[in-house]
Amino acid sequence: MSDDLDLDDLKAAMTAATPTSDAARKAENLALAQKNFEDLQGSRDGVRLNSDAPKRGLFRGVIDMLRTFPAKATLTATTALVAVGLVVYLPDLSRTPDIDGLLSGTPDTVVVDTEEALASEAELRREILSKQRSNYAEAPVATLSAPQAGSSADFARPAPAPEPTYLHEGTNTEAYPEADRNPLKVTAEDPVSTFSIDVDTASYGILRNSIMNGYLPNPDAVRIEELVNYFPYDYAAPGADGAPFATHVTTFQTPWNADTQIVHIGLQGQVPAIEDRPPLNLVFLIDTSGSMSAPNKLPLLKQSFALMLSELRPEDSVAIVTYAGSAGQVLEATPASDRATILAALNNLDAGGSTAGQAGLRQAYAVAEAMSEDGEVSRVLLATDGDFNVGLSDPDALKDFIADKRDSGTYLSVLGFGRGNLDDATMQALAQNGNGQAAYIDTLNEAQKVLVDQLTGALFPIANDVKIQVEFNPAAVAEYRLIGYETRILNREDFNNDKVDAGEIGAGHSVTALYEITPVGSPARLTDPLRYDTASEIGSASGEIGFLKLRYKQPGETVSQLIETPIETSSEPNGDMRFAAAIAGFGQLLSDGRYLGDWSWGDAIALANRARGEDAFGYRAEAVQLMRLAESLAAQD
Amino acid sequence: MMMEATDQKLADQAKAGNGTAFATLLARHYDRIFALAFRMSSARAEAEDLTQDICAALPSKLMRFDGQSRFSTWLYRVVVNAAHDRRRRQASHTKAAEGWGDWEVARQAANAETAERIDWLTRAMRALPDDLRDTLALVLDDMTHADVGEVLEVSEGTVSWRISEAKKRLKELKEKEENA
Repeated sequence: MSDDLDLDDLKAAMTAATPTSDAARKAENLALAQKNFEDLQGSRDGVRLNSDAPKRGLFRGVIDMLRTFPAKATLTATTALVAVGLVVYLPDLSRTPDIDGLLSGTPDTVVVDTEEALASEAELRREILSKQRSNYAEAPVATLSAPQAGSSADFARPAPAPEPTYLHEGTNTEAYPEADRNPLKVTAEDPVSTFSIDVDTASYGILRNSIMNGYLPNPDAVRIEELVNYFPYDYAAPGADGAPFATHVTTFQTPWNADTQIVHIGLQGQVPAIEDRPPLNLVFLIDTSGSMSAPNKLPLLKQSFALMLSELRPEDSVAIVTYAGSAGQVLEATPASDRATILAALNNLDAGGSTAGQAGLRQAYAVAEAMSEDGEVSRVLLATDGDFNVGLSDPDALKDFIADKRDSGTYLSVLGFGRGNLDDATMQALAQNGNGQAAYIDTLNEAQKVLVDQLTGALFPIANDVKIQVEFNPAAVAEYRLIGYETRILNREDFNNDKVDAGEIGAGHSVTALYEITPVGSPARLTDPLRYDTASEIGSASGEIGFLKLRYKQPGETVSQLIETPIETSSEPNGDMRFAAAIAGFGQLLSDGRYLGDWSWGDAIALANRARGEDAFGYRAEAVQLMRLAESLAAQD
Repeated sequence: MMMEATDQKLADQAKAGNGTAFATLLARHYDRIFALAFRMSSARAEAEDLTQDICAALPSKLMRFDGQSRFSTWLYRVVVNAAHDRRRRQASHTKAAEGWGDWEVARQAANAETAERIDWLTRAMRALPDDLRDTLALVLDDMTHADVGEVLEVSEGTVSWRISEAKKRLKELKEKEENA
């Protein structure tokens, strides 16, 4: 520090001297605030879940209210309050679920304009709150000055006029992987594109949760390939023998640019006969830290796992390990047929304490290794809100640990719950390195999709380390751009290196990748051709626009297999392909729309709507709703 | 257009009963609340307790947030007022920082916290009178003098005076220590 005590020096010293908040206390304090918040809401549900989660009953809410009153209040006084409180309460409460239902967007409800719905909801809630307050005031006990709703000690004084010169950058504790959007590549300079496949869907879940709560997602949280791969597509399955997945390549006109083409690459994993599947060993590794106590976290997690339990077979087995402060095995390996024991163990879980992610992971892997016998599939299912803030919090160190364990044959999938705290970067890193899938579960519907409908795909790998390499023909393609897969880009030389890890395909999974290409001579070309161009002499206009190579390993093997297919200009896209393109456009509107021209939300909605197809599960209809909500939200900002 | 939800928007939604919005909002500001609590109390344990008080009371306080000031300014005022409240309740602590004679008391308190590394600035802050310390804590949190004035409900000029006064005292302290 200099002699004249420069303020900047002081500031730096102060920043250095300020300790970080204690993680355990932070989790407790956040949970406490949330609890008080929900208590304050009375008996209304704190979180909108379109699940059949048990609603907090009316009486429960009143009892919670009463519990916050000091013991000084006399029995007569409190009874009087109940009487007055309930009478006015009932009619209002009966109205809120309708609004919640509309907002939560269950497939059978109509889409409403968000702004309107949010506004009317807010109004309604304000009305209820003011009623509640006036109830307190009117209740005879109010004169005794004993009962207080929550804390009424008013630290905050009335605010003076606003002074809007100082801009405050909000720091959210949610963390997303940092990856720049894939740039446009000039084929003559860089004709080869290499990446690993990605079957994660977490990004879509996060996006949906944000939009449903009335704000656009953080652009860094939008991973376009995860949006596209969220949806099941009806690609033709591979033949009985040969590769474990079929490869389909199609080109068609780009929806947002008439002068460019989309190269659509679809992989379809084979669906093995369900009856033949090997027994499954599952270790549920459950985060029970204090931050998990919110209703959309641990309670939803319990319901989700209970749902999945009914899909397991008697010969499968389940163990439960928890982590919170210290790791512990709550349930020893138990046959799935013993539902009562497993459900009881699940129901006994309680949130409290801080999170020690790595200690829990270690124990879960140890349990999984002890459970597995020859020919069985072992998988650790990590369920967390993403808080790994005790012990090893460095994503890289955790990654190394998982990568070491991957070769032992135990897979890892990560299920994210809740928001506000979600460490998406770590979750992604873990699942990627554990040969597993990362999914974000915000509702029971999503749990149904991930854990029940797609159980086989999520749990039975059919091909590991699947890499895609495309070489474009500079004679046919002037420029190209891979849409999404930013966090999965590989070096060109990694393709043939079997030591380099990549994504896995599960049974029945489909994986889609999209390129936007600009044909030679197209007016849409963004870069000028070089004056001293030699590339045109290298490539020949053979009708091929590129060459697709795929590498994969059979589960348990260390040497990869190669599949090669030329990419030719082709045909009409089917509904699945057009829908995938609409979703890719949606993702770009949410993150970086620089290549979209004046293609709008309305165009995305129209395209997705036309391409909805059969949509047996209603996922696509939901996506269209989200697009419409996002359009309204974007118009607000 | 692609911005995250603003504090203001989240606060409105939280006021309307949206638990997720409340959680997002608090998680976003928690570390800043704690940092300011620490700077105002100059003791980690104290800051943790103060932060807990604030978290516990925030839901009901938020219902009275009227949007007249920016959310962050309002939140700082909540923290400052909570800290003052807590000080009043702990008269002994308040006295400890009243004059230069109590420097020794504060120093011993610092030594008692063996688990933590207490640096010079933290100790020195502790020795400052409350008003100077609060003002300095806010200014060191990257706030403008005008904003600090709004939070503390004093004029901008007063803030500037307090800062120069605080700097003067810190400098004196430093010289005293170096000569000792």
